[in-house]
Amino acid sequence: MATTTAPTSSHRAEAPSQVKHRPDRNYRRKQRWGWLFVAPFALIFLTFLILPLVYAFRMSLFTSTLATGNRFVGGDNYIKAFSDPIFLQGLGTVAKFALIMIPAQMLVALVAALVLDNLTTWASKFSRLMIFIPYAVPVVIGALMWGFLYSPRFGPASSIFGIFGLAAPEFLAQDNIFGSLVNIVTWQWAGYYMIIIYAALRGIDPGIYEAAVLDGASDRQIALRIKVPMISSSLVMVVIFALIGTLQFFTEPQVLRGVAQGAIPTSYTPNMYAFSLAFSYSQFNYASAISFALGIVVFVFSFFFLFLTRKQSGLK
Amino acid sequence: MALVTDTPQQQDGGRKVRGSASRNRARNGGPRIGSHIFLLILVIYFITPIWWLTVASTKDTAGLFGGSGGPLWFDNEFHFFSNLQGLFERQDGIYWRWLGNSFLYAISGGVGATILAVLAGYGFAKYNFRGRGAFFGILLGAVMVPLTALVIPTFVLLSSVGLVNTIWAVILPSLLSPFGVYLMRVFAQEAVPDELLDAARIDGAGEIRTFFQIALPLLRPAIVTVLLLSVVGTWNNFFLPLAVLSDPLLLPVTVGLNGWQALSNAGSGGEALWNLITTGAFISIIPLIIAFLSLQKYWQGGLSLGSLK
Repeated sequence: MATTTAPTSSHRAEAPSQVKHRPDRNYRRKQRWGWLFVAPFALIFLTFLILPLVYAFRMSLFTSTLATGNRFVGGDNYIKAFSDPIFLQGLGTVAKFALIMIPAQMLVALVAALVLDNLTTWASKFSRLMIFIPYAVPVVIGALMWGFLYSPRFGPASSIFGIFGLAAPEFLAQDNIFGSLVNIVTWQWAGYYMIIIYAALRGIDPGIYEAAVLDGASDRQIALRIKVPMISSSLVMVVIFALIGTLQFFTEPQVLRGVAQGAIPTSYTPNMYAFSLAFSYSQFNYASAISFALGIVVFVFSFFFLFLTRKQSGLK
Repeated sequence: MALVTDTPQQQDGGRKVRGSASRNRARNGGPRIGSHIFLLILVIYFITPIWWLTVASTKDTAGLFGGSGGPLWFDNEFHFFSNLQGLFERQDGIYWRWLGNSFLYAISGGVGATILAVLAGYGFAKYNFRGRGAFFGILLGAVMVPLTALVIPTFVLLSSVGLVNTIWAVILPSLLSPFGVYLMRVFAQEAVPDELLDAARIDGAGEIRTFFQIALPLLRPAIVTVLLLSVVGTWNNFFLPLAVLSDPLLLPVTVGLNGWQALSNAGSGGEALWNLITTGAFISIIPLIIAFLSLQKYWQGGLSLGSLK
């Protein structure tokens, strides 16, 4: 709990100390320094976040053709997007990824963190680092490596499955590509999430467990009834990270497309669709509408999730 | 309070207490063989691809397809150095240029983003300026804006000012790190006491000197974390450089190797560069792995910062 409540309490503690300062002219002048500290970031924030957003929105309201040039069409691009079967199918794909991939990553990360939290051996310290290492591998390289490992020509799959007298599944076939991508993402990110969860577990006051042990609680009960509820705000944050990342899914399928001939279309995810619209077909206006629509979907989903978990995350 | 544990000494102190507590429990629970087997399986899963890459970087193309040692072990022949040489020869050593570009983008983008985040986080945490609440609210919302949604409009904007296909097209957008600012604010609020700042001011230090001499040293653990996160973010970036760069000499290593892979997959028309791809990929993951291993004590505590809502 200490972890989750500390800043809130400091926030509260800050308020009375501000009341002490009378809002005289000197105080006002001093507070203006805040803007100076924030200004450089504000400039980048305006140029590379607000401006592109506004610009994307504006672009999405126009359509450009050779015959008529730029023409204002209002919400037409959005009507087109939300009735475009390719875009909707892409949204469906990332939604399916979110439903399967996020629980998979969370399960691996949470169980690993809980097991590591109970151990103080060197083997556990070593394991912690090794599980985290894939985070240091660029996503492109991770996807390239798995592409090799999946490949029937290079990969070890056939010899590993051969030990058990089985034929290796075709990881890159159309039917299996979904699971293969889930595996790549889980491999890449579960260790990072595990470290966040582990650090939160370390923040719990161990005195709490001693009382539970005296009452005869088992390790599993302590883990599920005490530890997990106490780190719920970290868990919520990890899910939000994973959700935002999954809905913008781009790099892994884009890289794997090269090896998995035909299994991944250019419009597999909304981001890939927007990318190919913009850079293969020069449809920048429609691509902007797709990007913006995707941004809205991500934003709405994240807020909806934060709203559902407002009790656990302590945000309210 | 947990924020305090992010300074290394205190973290160790905390560990010791925890250590004895879990040892007590370990006594009742046996040597925990099950837990260790579980960890062993996880370690094998997470490390196998990297092991494969290490082995693969020592093989030539023929060895990759059907070497004597199989995919997960070394061949009789050791080709790492001839692969290295291949990387120097291929297109006049363009690979090293890509690696240098990745360093340039990651370090300038990462350091720049961190400087902006430290300044802004401190400003948000320690000054009650007009509009602070509104700006910070917008910033929190921005953390949830998917950055890839900005790539296409950013491309169009940059091309209208003629910056597309220059290093600035990658570096400038990489300076944006709303999450870094958020982490810094949360950390600065707790780690830099107002009393200390007021004392410095009474002693006659100006706002800038107070920041550099009092606040900055206290912010160090968070600075390392934000720096690592933003360097990794830029180093990993794929969508942005793929969109805004077309000159092969400007590509970062991620986009460059992806291009080689596409070339090799093109079948009979393309060239098989598999041995160069695996060796290049292997070399490109070493710097970050070293950075993470050597800066462990900073990020292990620091990564939990974000959950302190």
